[in-house]
Amino acid sequence: MTTYAGEYLDLLPEPPAGRVTAAFRADVARAVGPGGLITEPAQLRTYECDGLTGYRVTPALVVLPATTEEVAAVVRLCARDGVPFVARGAGTGLSGGALPVADGIVIGLARMRAVLSVDVDDQRAVVQPGVTNAGISAAVAPHDLYFAPDPSSQVVCTIGGNVAENSGGAHCLKYGFTTNHVLALTFVTADGDVVQLGGDAPDPVGPDLRAVVLGSEGTLGVVTEITVRLLRRPEAVRTLVADFADAEDAGNAVSDIVAAGIVPAAVEMLDELAIDACERAVQAGYTPGCPAALVVELDGVAAEVEDEFERVQEICRRNRTTHVRIAADPEERARVWKGRKAAFAAMGRISPDYFVQDGVIPRTRLGSTLTRIRQMSEQAGLRVANVFHAGDGNLHPLVLYDGAVPGEAERAEHLATAIVELCVEQGGSITGEHGVGSDKACSMPKMFGPDDLTVMARVRAAFDPQGICNPGKVLPTPRLCGERPGPHRPHPLEAAGVIERL
Amino acid sequence: MTAGETGHETSRDEDLRLTVAPPPAGGDGAGLFDLHHPPSAELISDCVHCGFCLPTCPTYALWGEEMDSPRGRIYLMKLGREGAVALDDTYVQHFDACLGCMACVTACPSGVQYDKLIEAVRPQLERHHRRERHDRLFRAAVFALFPHPGRLRVAAVLGAAYQRSGARRLLHRGRLWSLLPDRLQAVEELMPPARLRRLAARTPEVTPAVGTRRRRVGFLTGCVQRVFFADVNAATVRVLAAEGCEVVAPRAQRCCGALSEHAGREPEALARARRLIDVFAATDVDAIVANVAGCGSTLKEYGRLLRDDPAYAERAADFSAKVRDVSELLAELEPVAPRHPVEGRLAYHDACHLGHAQGVRAQPRAVLRTIPGLQVTDIPEAEICCGSAGIYNLVQPGPAGELGRRKVEKVLSVAPDALATANPGCLLQIRRYWPGDLPMFHPVELLDASIRGVDPIAAARAPGGRRRPPWLRRRHEARTAEPGRF
Ligand SMILES: Cc1cc2nc3c(=O)[nH]c(=O)nc-3n(C[C@H](O)[C@H](O)[C@H](O)COP(=O)(O)OP(=O)(O)OC[C@H]3O[C@@H](n4cnc5c(N)ncnc54)[C@H](O)[C@@H]3O)c2cc1C
Ligand code: SF4
Ligand code: SF4
Repeated sequence: MTTYAGEYLDLLPEPPAGRVTAAFRADVARAVGPGGLITEPAQLRTYECDGLTGYRVTPALVVLPATTEEVAAVVRLCARDGVPFVARGAGTGLSGGALPVADGIVIGLARMRAVLSVDVDDQRAVVQPGVTNAGISAAVAPHDLYFAPDPSSQVVCTIGGNVAENSGGAHCLKYGFTTNHVLALTFVTADGDVVQLGGDAPDPVGPDLRAVVLGSEGTLGVVTEITVRLLRRPEAVRTLVADFADAEDAGNAVSDIVAAGIVPAAVEMLDELAIDACERAVQAGYTPGCPAALVVELDGVAAEVEDEFERVQEICRRNRTTHVRIAADPEERARVWKGRKAAFAAMGRISPDYFVQDGVIPRTRLGSTLTRIRQMSEQAGLRVANVFHAGDGNLHPLVLYDGAVPGEAERAEHLATAIVELCVEQGGSITGEHGVGSDKACSMPKMFGPDDLTVMARVRAAFDPQGICNPGKVLPTPRLCGERPGPHRPHPLEAAGVIERL
Repeated sequence: MTAGETGHETSRDEDLRLTVAPPPAGGDGAGLFDLHHPPSAELISDCVHCGFCLPTCPTYALWGEEMDSPRGRIYLMKLGREGAVALDDTYVQHFDACLGCMACVTACPSGVQYDKLIEAVRPQLERHHRRERHDRLFRAAVFALFPHPGRLRVAAVLGAAYQRSGARRLLHRGRLWSLLPDRLQAVEELMPPARLRRLAARTPEVTPAVGTRRRRVGFLTGCVQRVFFADVNAATVRVLAAEGCEVVAPRAQRCCGALSEHAGREPEALARARRLIDVFAATDVDAIVANVAGCGSTLKEYGRLLRDDPAYAERAADFSAKVRDVSELLAELEPVAPRHPVEGRLAYHDACHLGHAQGVRAQPRAVLRTIPGLQVTDIPEAEICCGSAGIYNLVQPGPAGELGRRKVEKVLSVAPDALATANPGCLLQIRRYWPGDLPMFHPVELLDASIRGVDPIAAARAPGGRRRPPWLRRRHEARTAEPGRF
């Protein structure tokens, strides 16, 4: 078990001491206009959590600016008074990244949702951070273009949140994550300066600060404009759902597809529980009771797609598929995806509460990891549903529990944590796309050594020396995680009564 | 905030007085709510806070504020149940701002029944929150007028006189207009053009089927519908008869209580429901047909509304089981009456209380597609409410106006020759913000025209055709601010 390096501790700023005073509030009100300020206690409480409802902190103030200048003005006030701030998009994050800080403010980007320009010839668009991921594709659809990263939450999550989390989705296997589709950012630094990062060209000269901000989970500043890359819709798309009698076979099929040199647009796997939830929610036509279903999608030039589609079916048959369903038309294809994309949100149909995990394993360990997860689930006496991006080994085990049963939430949390740690043991990672946030900060040392953490802390201190920008997220601190950081301690803020669990 | 801070005064408003059960004081087990059907903790806990409902919520689309989103409202209900917030104007305002459009129910993958939740919350607020005086009076006036066809007829005659007298023009020319409070402007602008001759029209009690009788159906004539949209009722009866239905429309029927129910006026809604059930009790019909989406959705809810009333619970459930929107019934029946062409591009607007609340989307389209020559087109962003929502555009004219303009912009984008929707409220609302002349119909009117062999879209297109009087050509800019800037 690692302990912190001395330099790391030195780099950690003191917790911000600023408070939201009447004067501060009046200045903020002047900066954004009265409609942009939320101050009533009941209203503030609706901002106390994101998609991870287990952690809740009520902010002292919520600000909804409408322009980059307003964001910068608010951040400058925070910097002046040492008041911590947390950016928030749609609040769908699953790692508590947008969890407010007590006595701090939330900067909500939900009013900045204009598509500022679309450049059809160069396949680019400039958008504000509150535009939804699907909103970008909808805005450019008349030009036969789309924005490729497709998190399941795409109808609601914002591009600002996607940039912060470097979000991915089913189609990232072939097309890459958000970072591969963002050319430039307008960025408000932690002291309130407005800067441009990146440029219109895909490979700008000099250090790529755009890439540093991408995936930084709102800890370096606030993104207020994003230049995204757009792709042309592929000529042909073919989708199938193959059922398997066990996950091992399905896992082998995935490995074989990739080994055959085929790069599918997406390969997703759902297990029996996940299928059950999806079918109850949207009747997407998955086979109830099927232990493992693979969704495979190919896209590209028609002739190539047809040829590879045949080979994928052949590989599925070789791995003892029990049934192959081929989407006959775009409507059926949409239905298959609607089911897959509703999977997390549909868990409410089969369980009162759940934890979504997000771990990555080498693709070749799929089968054995799933078997281990099943054993762990049986031992813990808790159901685990599995939905995941099988193509790149990004697992999303959903640990189901009932918060009303005393002790079950804790058991579920332990199981969820044990599952990510299993991923690291298998040579993988603690997060594929949901981020570290509040949830996994204390698990970071499982994956990173003292030197890695020190480098991260240096970067953060360089951007935000005062430590007012989304403090308490991502990097473990003695205050959050104890002197010897490890994942099994109760959250100290929780012990101190600052945050609570549902 | 602690539970201790939640003291609130109980409403003493006579016109809202409860006849069902005396309201227990808040804070006795359900937080702010009394124990007469508080929003269910179980239904609240179904929400996993995923946010999938946010983009389809009209108020979130307008303001981008969490507490005016479905997820935020459910959160406020949860806080209310915990007694962790005060029942004050701030709290009530977020539920008042909800249009009850139920788009969130359609959008939610977890099957959260927001419809049941909000319908539980509204009567609680009516019981325990005293609104400001002007708000109370305005609401009382609305409910003293709308659900009463007799009074509405008188108002319509006066309105017609006002529209013709030149008083209207005078009012609009001067600055007087802008001095009217928002809500009165809304009432004035939404007033349908009254056609005096038709105000007297009544639906016959029994209309025999043409040819072989395939069904015997009851018909709800509606309160506002009967007065301002007598044409739609007449068309409905003709189409049903032409398709082999004997149509029974009891004279004694009154308002179904939908407006009251959507506004949380539970005792009033229940009384109206019971009366309507009684009126239809003796008719012995196979189905009860509504042609107004808002009414139909409430009729389908009678079973739940009257679940506590031993004398009515079962009858109400039976009644609800028979209710069909007119398009549902027509889609079930193999067409027998020959259709004649109606040429043009028709935008079909899903009324929230048909699409979201009743899940009836395919049937009206299917029925319209039986008309040769008619191209039925969907409108982008179809799931977002037009802002009409019962009496919403009267009591919340600001957001209703923004939503109306937003909807009109989307309808304009498909460049239709005409628009069809199954709710008179939507029709008035869209017409209010429409920049020029657009023929608007209830789907059943188009079907009626097609069966009768007339083409109302072509007629409207011809010079001197069905045109809107000049005063109805709105000065409103059709385009709202900047795209995407709501
Ligand atoms: C049902 C469900 C399914 C999901 N599926 C996926 C999936 O398939 N793939 C995936 O990657 N994620 C998924 N997620 C997680 C989540 O949707 C993504 O992380 C998303 O990018 C968050 O966007 P948001 O707008 O909700 O951001 P928020 O949750 O509001 O914020 C997330 C983080 O971004 C920061 N942030 C937000 N906006 C800005 C900004 N403008 N500038 C700087 N920082 C900012 C916040 O401070 C916070 O740290 C899913 C979530 C849910 C609920
Ligand atoms: S979509 Fe359903 S579960 Fe998700 S936040 Fe909305 S109501 Fe809750
Ligand atoms: S009913 Fe309509 S307005 Fe009300 S919360 Fe749901 S989507 Fe929003």
